[in-house]
Amino acid sequence: MVKKAFKYTFVYLVLLITYIPIFVLIAFSFTNTTYIGDWNGFSLELFINLFNSKETMIALGNTLIIAFISAIVSTFLGVTGAIGAFYSKKRTRALYENLNQLPVVNPEIVIALSLVVMFVFLGNTIFKENLFSFWTLLVGHVILSAPFVYLNVKPKLQQMDPSLYEAALDLGCSPKKALSKVMIPQLLPGILSGFILAITLSLDDFIITAFTRGPGLLSGENAIETLSTLVQAKIKKGPIPPELRALTTIIFFVVLIVVIGITIYQNKSKNRVKRRRSF
Amino acid sequence: MKFSLQRKQLCIPYFIFLILFVVIPILFILFYAFTDSAGNFSLYSLIAFFTSTNKINVLIQSLLFSVINTIICLLVGYPIAYILASSKAKFNYVVVMLFVMPMWINFVLRTGATRDVLTWIGLNGGQHPYIATFIGLFYNYLPFVILPLYSTMLKLDKAQIEAASDLGCNRFQVFTKSIFPQTIPGVVSAAQMVFMPTMSSYVIPETLSEGKIILFGNSIYLGFSNNQWNSASFMAIIMLAIVCISMLVTRNYTEKDQEGGSSRW
Repeated sequence: MVKKAFKYTFVYLVLLITYIPIFVLIAFSFTNTTYIGDWNGFSLELFINLFNSKETMIALGNTLIIAFISAIVSTFLGVTGAIGAFYSKKRTRALYENLNQLPVVNPEIVIALSLVVMFVFLGNTIFKENLFSFWTLLVGHVILSAPFVYLNVKPKLQQMDPSLYEAALDLGCSPKKALSKVMIPQLLPGILSGFILAITLSLDDFIITAFTRGPGLLSGENAIETLSTLVQAKIKKGPIPPELRALTTIIFFVVLIVVIGITIYQNKSKNRVKRRRSF
Repeated sequence: MKFSLQRKQLCIPYFIFLILFVVIPILFILFYAFTDSAGNFSLYSLIAFFTSTNKINVLIQSLLFSVINTIICLLVGYPIAYILASSKAKFNYVVVMLFVMPMWINFVLRTGATRDVLTWIGLNGGQHPYIATFIGLFYNYLPFVILPLYSTMLKLDKAQIEAASDLGCNRFQVFTKSIFPQTIPGVVSAAQMVFMPTMSSYVIPETLSEGKIILFGNSIYLGFSNNQWNSASFMAIIMLAIVCISMLVTRNYTEKDQEGGSSRW
């Protein structure tokens, strides 16, 4: 019993330590000092400052726009790629698998640099103009996340009952209809988790954004600022700007709610499966 | 036959995309690594890299940082994953989620927070660059270790462990002869999640050591921001070579049934 308590103390101690920076930031988001460590009395001023800070709001908007668009594009490419590869011949499938694995094992900075080198070369020799724009950034983000969508859909394809698709065809569905009515619904859990993964990868990305970005979308600035690049530029010069502490607090609670929601949902669906099995 | 042909064709857009934006760019860095700025074949980048003590030092330092960080994360993450996976308590799954949850908060923000807290308690990167950087790396990569280890350990063969202790193994031998060999795939994929990303990390060493520690990622970033495409490309090629070597070394130990993305998340 003592031993068990000791084990769990270790686990919770490490857990606590990993949360210290976040908790400190959250605590000091409720006071209006420049540096963490100084407590100037409770205040919600930083939250007001956050919503009044134009550059933070633009960066946040950019981040969300890029995350959603790149997640939609990578989900489309990843899902169609996975379905197509699954029904290809063995040898072509192996080729596809390896190609898909390439950006997964490749360090992000190598992907980013290789894209930049290509765009610079094409810009200098063929197009004679600076190619860096929202589109190059989008390409970078799609490369980052599409392979993971593919990998999330693949196991669902393997688990799928192949005769259902054939049955749909036999019962008069066109292949297109069979795809949308029979296959896609069965793949939906994999597609959804791939989509969520694509969003989180894009939200968190710094290197690819910093390398491939071009002029901004929302405000016409020189380079698109996402949350990552904005924060990086700020913390290079000094401590985290006070209003970003408020942003951390908001992000933390949004994430917390989402995680609790997912946990409850998964528990429910597990219970449902159990109940069904007991019949 | 007609139908399967149509389903096959679905993958065409994705693989055109992969060829255009993954394969061809890699050919581009290969080209840039072995040419000079005028586009003629040259080994200048190669020679410049291997004769510069500065760059060799960065390479060795990055390798050391990666090895040490991988070991620290495994030493802390392994027992945690084992404890959480070994008891049946439903609550343990929630604890794993809690370990993973910081990953959803923007990592640049988290890195800045770590730096500010360390500065507050007097461990600032200006004076203690090594300690601060290792703390930052550990914070960032611990979840990546716990997740694959946890999912491997959920599948541990309990009967074999019991048999080992029934047949006279002491606790240490049970670990070395039964538990550890079973978890090797998890350890390998955990190490893969930490090793290369540590080497190529830019934000963490840059922020936490206040620019004092240069890892390979910082070095490539510097080449990028100074428009030195040839030398940056050559460093990227070295990085690719290290990836290939580590894949070859660990090839025999990774899990046979690839569950794809689930090993990462």
